[in-house]
Amino acid sequence: MFEISNLKTPLIGPISLSIAPGECVSLRGPSGTGKSLLLRAIADLDPNEGDVRLDQQSRNRMPAPQWRRLVAMIPAESGWWTDNVADHFKPGPETAALLEAVDLPKALDWKVNRLSTGEKQRLALARALHNKPKVLLLDEPTSALDEQATARVEDIVRRQMSEGVAILLVTHDQAQAQRLGGRHFLMEHGRLSPVAEAVA
Amino acid sequence: MSGYIVLSPWDLALASLFILINAGLSLALRLGLERQLLIAAFRMILQLLLVGLVLKVVFAAASPWITALVAIVMIGFAGREIRARQERRHTGLWGYGLGAAAMTFSGTLVTVFALTTQIQPAPWWSPQYALPLFGMILGNTMTGVSLGLDSLHSLVDRERRAIEAQLLLGETSLTALLPPLRRALRSGFTPIINSMAATGAVALPGMMTGQILSGADPQEAVKYQLLIMFLIGGATGLGVLMAVLASAWRLTDPRHRLRLDRLSDSG
Repeated sequence: MFEISNLKTPLIGPISLSIAPGECVSLRGPSGTGKSLLLRAIADLDPNEGDVRLDQQSRNRMPAPQWRRLVAMIPAESGWWTDNVADHFKPGPETAALLEAVDLPKALDWKVNRLSTGEKQRLALARALHNKPKVLLLDEPTSALDEQATARVEDIVRRQMSEGVAILLVTHDQAQAQRLGGRHFLMEHGRLSPVAEAVA
Repeated sequence: MSGYIVLSPWDLALASLFILINAGLSLALRLGLERQLLIAAFRMILQLLLVGLVLKVVFAAASPWITALVAIVMIGFAGREIRARQERRHTGLWGYGLGAAAMTFSGTLVTVFALTTQIQPAPWWSPQYALPLFGMILGNTMTGVSLGLDSLHSLVDRERRAIEAQLLLGETSLTALLPPLRRALRSGFTPIINSMAATGAVALPGMMTGQILSGADPQEAVKYQLLIMFLIGGATGLGVLMAVLASAWRLTDPRHRLRLDRLSDSG
């Protein structure tokens, strides 16, 4: 169980939320309401107050790098620290399988500046999955993808769910939120409210 | 050692004609630099005359405390200069203190080392030796430290996404900051390396030229210059390393976050 209690930064919160293993919770709301900030606070990337626990274990009790390997955040815009895609992956059969899954099997030979935004998004997802996280914090993971690539990413997310990974998904795409199921929340002015979905 | 040729005020006035000619050119070509040029020239005249006076008094007083006080004032100015030369700097006291502390430590260490083991005036803190030496070391360390800090701060700001991507994958802040850290150190070291390579071949250093003009044997002047360059190199290296590492430490926290909120906005 992934439990967020009274999470607070100067701009958002307090926010409390639990996500069960294999569950997908979606989050939407107008831009600038702190959705990305919430994900950053959960990943402990910005100073924040409150407690976040994974399987009863508080993140404050473990080093931040260990926490971020368990609770992987994939930002809307990915970061790349060298020119070669290959430098961002640990070589091995696992990497090959992950790249296959995002439909970019040859990406290791590519240059980062040649990648499209959508390719970057998919590679960033593959890169994060290498750590085998228990929780995925996804910030608009398919915003720059076409229908086919979006379907692939959603497949990956579903497979993660079936393996017991808890998902917190920020998306403006209401249909996607519906497809991936679970509970839906609306974020406004830094606060969360549940959405009783009556979807057309 | 032969004596040196004393300059009269008229000699200086004559030489300053060139500045006036430059100002005239600026006026004629509408470069708009004449005001700046003349203000800078007047500042220089005033500052140097004052320094000459102060040094004369300090040398005559021959007191270790007054010597130390002058050194502290020099550090104060250099610290302010380092702060001013960074586009994005640490907020609060850190913005000033970081560069000043690194410079104070490395500059003092190297100056005291040179005074006590190589130049060995009696007493070792003799202001006539200590202050010019400290000034030269400080001036060069200042350039290195401000370049190093400025480049670290603009790099982490620009590469924020890349750094945070590594943090999010579970890397430590040290690993994530290493590439900008290396580049910042390199840019802090570059001027002193360049100036060592060019010294003698392209430029005759000011201190050496001064000694030669005042009648010293060129070979003796060269020895002094070499000593100074070694000291400057040592102090710059140490100062840049300390300042850049301390800044990187301050830009992260124990939870391995990148703390750009501790940098001021640019300007």
